[in-house]
Amino acid sequence: MSAAPSRVLIVEDEESILLSLEFLLGKEGYAVTTARDGAAALREVQARPPDLVLLDVMLPLIDGFELCRLIRENPALRGTRIMLVTARGRETEIARGLALGADAYLTKPFSTRDLMDKVRGLLSGNGAPQSAG
Amino acid sequence: MLSGALIVVLSFAYVGMLFAIAYYGDKRADAGRSIIANPYIYTLSLAVYCTSWTFYGSVGRAATSGIGFLPIYLGPTLMAALWWYVLLKMIRISKAHRITSIADFIGSRYGKSHVLDGLVTIIAVLGIVPYIALQLKAISASFSTMLRYPNAVAPTASLPFLQDNTFYIAMLLAAFTILFGTRHLDATERHEGLVAVIAFESVVKLVAFLAVGAFVTWGMFDGFDDVFTKAAAVPELNALLVQGGAAGNYTTWASLTVLSMLAIILLPRQFQVSVVENVNERHLNKAIWLFPLYLFAINIFVLPIALGGLMYFPAGSVDADTFVLTLPMAEQKTWLALLAFVGGLSAATGMVIVETIALSTMVCNDLVMPILLRWKFLRLTESPDLSGLLLGIRRSAIVVVLVLGYGYFYLAGEAYALVSIGLISFTAVAQFAPAMLGGLFWKGGTRLGALCGLSAGFLVWLYSLLLPSFAKSGWLPITFLTEGIMGFDLLKPQQLFGLTGLDDISHCLFWSMIANVGCYVGFSLWRQPTAAEHSQANLFVDVFRHVAPGSGSRFWRGSATVADLQTLLGRFIGPERANESFAAYARSQGIPGIEQVSANAVLVHYVESQIAGAIGSASARDMVASVVVEEPLALDEVMAIIDEASQALAYSRQLEQKSRELEAATNELRGANQRLQELDRLKDDFISTVTHELRTPLTSIRAFSEILSDNPQLEPEQRSKFLGIITRESERLTRLINQVLDLAKLESGAADWHPSEVDMREVLEDAAAALSQIYKERSITLDLQIPQQLPLVMADRDRITQVALNLLSNAANFCDKPDSRVSIALFEEAAALRIEIADNGIGISPADQAVIFEKFRQVSDTPAGKPRGSGLGLAISREIIHHFGGRLWVESALGRGSKFSFTLPLPHNSANHLVA
Amino acid sequence: MIGPTLKGQRLVALFLLGCLLFNFPLLALFTGNSRLWGIPLIYCYIFAAWMVIIALMALIIEGRDQ
Repeated sequence: MSAAPSRVLIVEDEESILLSLEFLLGKEGYAVTTARDGAAALREVQARPPDLVLLDVMLPLIDGFELCRLIRENPALRGTRIMLVTARGRETEIARGLALGADAYLTKPFSTRDLMDKVRGLLSGNGAPQSAG
Repeated sequence: MLSGALIVVLSFAYVGMLFAIAYYGDKRADAGRSIIANPYIYTLSLAVYCTSWTFYGSVGRAATSGIGFLPIYLGPTLMAALWWYVLLKMIRISKAHRITSIADFIGSRYGKSHVLDGLVTIIAVLGIVPYIALQLKAISASFSTMLRYPNAVAPTASLPFLQDNTFYIAMLLAAFTILFGTRHLDATERHEGLVAVIAFESVVKLVAFLAVGAFVTWGMFDGFDDVFTKAAAVPELNALLVQGGAAGNYTTWASLTVLSMLAIILLPRQFQVSVVENVNERHLNKAIWLFPLYLFAINIFVLPIALGGLMYFPAGSVDADTFVLTLPMAEQKTWLALLAFVGGLSAATGMVIVETIALSTMVCNDLVMPILLRWKFLRLTESPDLSGLLLGIRRSAIVVVLVLGYGYFYLAGEAYALVSIGLISFTAVAQFAPAMLGGLFWKGGTRLGALCGLSAGFLVWLYSLLLPSFAKSGWLPITFLTEGIMGFDLLKPQQLFGLTGLDDISHCLFWSMIANVGCYVGFSLWRQPTAAEHSQANLFVDVFRHVAPGSGSRFWRGSATVADLQTLLGRFIGPERANESFAAYARSQGIPGIEQVSANAVLVHYVESQIAGAIGSASARDMVASVVVEEPLALDEVMAIIDEASQALAYSRQLEQKSRELEAATNELRGANQRLQELDRLKDDFISTVTHELRTPLTSIRAFSEILSDNPQLEPEQRSKFLGIITRESERLTRLINQVLDLAKLESGAADWHPSEVDMREVLEDAAAALSQIYKERSITLDLQIPQQLPLVMADRDRITQVALNLLSNAANFCDKPDSRVSIALFEEAAALRIEIADNGIGISPADQAVIFEKFRQVSDTPAGKPRGSGLGLAISREIIHHFGGRLWVESALGRGSKFSFTLPLPHNSANHLVA
Repeated sequence: MIGPTLKGQRLVALFLLGCLLFNFPLLALFTGNSRLWGIPLIYCYIFAAWMVIIALMALIIEGRDQ
């Protein structure tokens, strides 16, 4: 791990949620980039692979699951962690996300502390995938 | 002194009243509000059993034989207990096969035989016409008796014009019977007006007889004990009481009981009222005990009147048959005498009317029609409409029966043949008993058996009872009686084979029944029944087992066209009624229209039974056979099928039918289940979508709240920005909740509506004004093209404004170009206002157009990235527009903008233009 | 109302009873010179038996069918 701040991509189509995530992660010192739809997100990860993607499931153009699969299929993005942020709390969907290669998930509405704990966990030194309960 | 004119007027007025009652009864029946559809009227109509032979004759018989008149009423009482099995079965069978007479019944039972029902008709006519004559004689006799008022004792000089009066009465009765008995050809042959009249007459004769009886018992004597005590003092009368006639001859008593038991179900008039005219077989229940009660009541005063008369008048001076009239007359009770006269008239006319109907139906259906239809040169089978001819025959038959009756009365006069005809008639119809009762309960009876039995019994009756009565009347040499035919002692008609010690009736009953039952059983067992006989036997004997009578239980193989069958039916009951009848058939089979009816065995049977009502079942079978090409079955094939499997076949058809019904029901259930699952899935989707939509603003609210509370050192500017977001998201949440509730209310119909006259111009202008700020911010041009003069529509102003706002803000959301333009236009159409809200924005793809009116279905991408609305606006708008009877739709092409239109119907009277 | 219901069987039994009551030899028991309230016994007997039969019919028909 370099000393450079971890790069986090936030993919979220709800403006206000995006703003809150941007604020929280920026305050913690991460290098934050944003995307408002799946296609933009894909371009972004390919251009500059992030360490972590906070991925909303319901996205215009390419949805979160599909994006998750595409990232996992790309060998260049092997080091990228994925955390699904979903408003649908159904277990089948969580299971589907994890099966597609997501490292963690978070259900909306979330506690900011929970969010930051999970982000820190995923970005901690060893880089091992963590699943947050 | 009563004037002849008064009595004549009274008689004709009485018959006139019968017309009125019959007319009323028919009118009520046509209106569907039957006055006869209850067990009491049914019971009273059964009392047509009590004729003038009861009203006048019982007293006469009691005067000579004590209680000897009673078996005539005890027999029916006993038979009533068996009605539960016998009459019910006859009713059920007759209804199932549209049987309209006893001849038809017997003919139909034995394979629909013309010969058999013809024979039954001939026996009935021979046996009953003299009985009708007896009634006319009673009317005539009561006339002449009344005319002598108050002189009860007088020589019996018959006045010629009185007989003419009887003739007029007979003709009036013919007119009555034609009018109310053959109003139209009905497959059921029911005559409600007529039954109402018969019931009424039964009340009249009972009341009259009870009144006379009460007068004699308590007016002239001091109660029952007084009558009997005084009678006991007279030696001849005492002998009558103690010996009791019947006590001296139990055989006579028993045979009269048996005869009357059979008569109550076999007399054509009884068959007519108890079976054909039966409205509902449940009525039989009450009649089982009410009818015997009627008989009981009409008999209780017979002996007191007879004894009273015998004691009052010098021996032999007054005919005991007239005591009912002469006792009140002798006591100068004018009104009572008149009442008794009317009572006798009602007893006679009731019998004549019903008997004539029953006989004329038989003569027409079972005698004349089969012959006419057989005469090929008449080409009747090709005639398009036979209903007129049928009615003509029926009416002629009525006149002929009555003229025959009158003629017999005129010729026979006081002859023995007429006086004793009551029991002779009973014995004649008793000949039907083996074929009828055997046919009801024994499957083995065959046509040959019935034919031979009936013929044999009939011949014995003719030889040992009817011809002797002619001989006693002097119409045949008396040596016929005393020496037998050609001097053979053993063939003396009333001492057949040397049998002595029996009265005439018992003697005839014994020999005729031996012959009848012997031939019936013997010849029935002679050979195997034919296929037709076997099939009919099963249908009759097992009528209760065939759940739905005639429902395809007949074995039939063949082909016919529906049109042929309908035309055929039309020829007998008229094309219009045939059409109605087919429609009724279609309904009963659950078929939507006549066009879809298919020609199968059920339809053929239905048509046959309908025609049977008009011309009898045997002729009906011939007629149907003429259009149905029946494929002949090999005899052994038929025997095998019918012997072994006719019931199994009926059952398996019912089973098939049931399993088809079950299958249909299963399919229906499956469909309903699928719809339920679909609804369930939609509900799940809805809930999950609502949940998602609620969580999104909640997420922002919670996140920013926590950010604010964790970061107290935030700059005021940022702070207020975050607080602004929280407020906006809260508002969004509130709006969403409100809309979900709103939609739920609209969909469940629980929404509050405040309809009023709405000026759409005002609504649109208000909505445009409300959104003008947003439009200005996004630099979208909004233009309105609304005519100056507009009719008002009935709608809820707030709701319609809600729709307009929703469509206008949607339009704004679709706009992406700098020169965006939204236009509102309003058109007045023939019956509605059409409002168009068009934009030149990005447009909606055809796939999206299909779903945007559904809940939470939004256009996938708008310039703003994600749609702003809740996804419920269009769904709500459409609900609102539908509520007011309008339509809401969209036309759009990607890149060319969208046009949302809705209509609002104008009130029918749209004269109230608003002058702007 | 179909088949050998209890009602139907009772009515048949009643029919048989009636046949017995209204025939020789029972009738012969009442043909003497004896009287009841001045009314010949045979007359009383027949009408009474008749009434009983009717009453029983009414009872059978109108009663509840078990």
